[in-house]
Amino acid sequence: MSLQDALRLGSVDPDHVQILPFGLDGVLVRFAVTAEPWATQAAQAFHDYARSADLPFICERAPSLSSVLLRFDPAQITREAAAARIESLLDAHDWRKATPRAPERLWTIPVAFGGAHGPDLEAAAELAGMRPEAAIAEITGLELRVLAIGFAPGQPYLGLLPEAWNLPRMEQINPQVPKGAIALAVRQLVLFANPSPTGWRQIGRTAFAPFRPEAEPAVPLRAGDALRLSAVSGDEMTALLDRGDPAGGALCESVT
Amino acid sequence: MRPELIIHSAGPGVSVQDLGRPGQISIGLSRGGAADRRALFEAAALLGQPAPLAALEMAGMGGSFEVTTPTRIALTGAPMEARLDGAALAWHASHLLQPGQRLTISGVRAGSYGYLSVAGGLRTEPVMGSRSTHLVAGLGAALESGMTLPLGEDPAPDRPARSLPVADRFSGGTLRYIHGPQTGYFSGETVARFDSAKLIRSATGNRQGVKLETETGPFPPELSGGLASDFIQEGDIQMTGAGLPFVLLCECQTIGGYPRIGTVLPCDLPRIAQAPPGALLRFQAVDLAEADQIMRSDAREIDALAGQTTHLIRDPRLMHDLLSYQLISGVTAGRELEEE
Repeated sequence: MSLQDALRLGSVDPDHVQILPFGLDGVLVRFAVTAEPWATQAAQAFHDYARSADLPFICERAPSLSSVLLRFDPAQITREAAAARIESLLDAHDWRKATPRAPERLWTIPVAFGGAHGPDLEAAAELAGMRPEAAIAEITGLELRVLAIGFAPGQPYLGLLPEAWNLPRMEQINPQVPKGAIALAVRQLVLFANPSPTGWRQIGRTAFAPFRPEAEPAVPLRAGDALRLSAVSGDEMTALLDRGDPAGGALCESVT
Repeated sequence: MRPELIIHSAGPGVSVQDLGRPGQISIGLSRGGAADRRALFEAAALLGQPAPLAALEMAGMGGSFEVTTPTRIALTGAPMEARLDGAALAWHASHLLQPGQRLTISGVRAGSYGYLSVAGGLRTEPVMGSRSTHLVAGLGAALESGMTLPLGEDPAPDRPARSLPVADRFSGGTLRYIHGPQTGYFSGETVARFDSAKLIRSATGNRQGVKLETETGPFPPELSGGLASDFIQEGDIQMTGAGLPFVLLCECQTIGGYPRIGTVLPCDLPRIAQAPPGALLRFQAVDLAEADQIMRSDAREIDALAGQTTHLIRDPRLMHDLLSYQLISGVTAGRELEEE
């Protein structure tokens, strides 16, 4: 595909990586229009690759579930020149086979599953074809990655879970999950930064606050971080929530 | 005396806003800041500020205010009913406020967001590089009656009052937009129908976005099921499940699942933010080269605002105390109606 075609507005080409204009000062590298696992892996890997590349004209960079946003400074470079430079980075690898680089940090975050802290756990487990206890064991046994941060400040999308967890969103929107809700859909978990309506199933809750405006940094998690959920009892979670410490009992280890 | 703004009363949508927090999409924080950024640049031009400073944004309703030291103010954005100790004040203009005088600002006459700027800027504590209240993110709070806000000192309170000619952007109109990464999710027929549609700004809207209504809709995407959530930004025109357009504004989410037909040009965002419920809106697609050109000329226009301000001439019709002026006694230089 030529660059001209790549920058053709609104083209949808599910077979090729696309370089698309995003507003007047952004370029979106989209690996797929659906959150296919390879595209999620590719977005993580390309974000890492772009971070270490020499791109002085890029002023903002972030991965989502199947794309990477690169914002350029129009005073320094034209959209076409920025896209050409990004295309040359893309040409360096077969992104369908790319894997993200090893995480630099591993978080362990206490979560209470089921009961009042996770009212939809049983329904979610049943849809995944397992008992709630087995579901908790499977999810806490996973090393998850922070795939993207967004929707609300600091809010991480975590994944990907095994195929059994490819659950659709609920028909009826839950009018409000609390801050710290761990909700599941489409092989991902979201850790809600604020009370929010959602179509995702709330399977647990944490006292970990992903957005701390008065702290530096305000958002402790970074895309690419590894993350494990450790199960605690409902009473332990209630005590952690009452303590009000934004760390919520979480640990962060350097793994490089 | 420390320069302060005393808020005797404030409407429910009064908040501190500057140009917000750009560049934070990687942590999920939208820029926020003034819903009508142009109004802050107009205030800066009227007050002689090199760049916009934090001001009060007033959604629909203003309030009653007083200062503790002489300071110039600017009134910009949606025109509102403003009075100083009962005397009407011109909008799109700067004025001198003396301690003890009472400034009252009531409802909007057109548009949605009015701005009260002070010459030295509001000096509330910045959080993450900005003084802007971002309610969705939980940064700052709406202001309440009885609060006092610190101000920067007016560097030139004696500078004469100015006024600025401002074209109407407060009653809807045409919004120029570019196609984006998801425009191809819609059929060509739907995009063409959208471009010729008359849309109405509904009663549902806030700093996160505004919902539009139409008799010729809906505009559903062809491709929707199973799409990955992806980045979203202010100006994006998203179609909800029912195919109804919703234009995102400064406090929007940063990742979204609904498909977007395009993105309104940044320079036309004040027009959509200001459009009051019931205002008629149309969308006009422009290509990227044209959009770049429009944005360059908008930047030049913003730079030129200061040169367009003129001395504020008081309108005798607005002077409730006209009869107290000695207008015809002896020889005059004819400048009594100028506010100097």
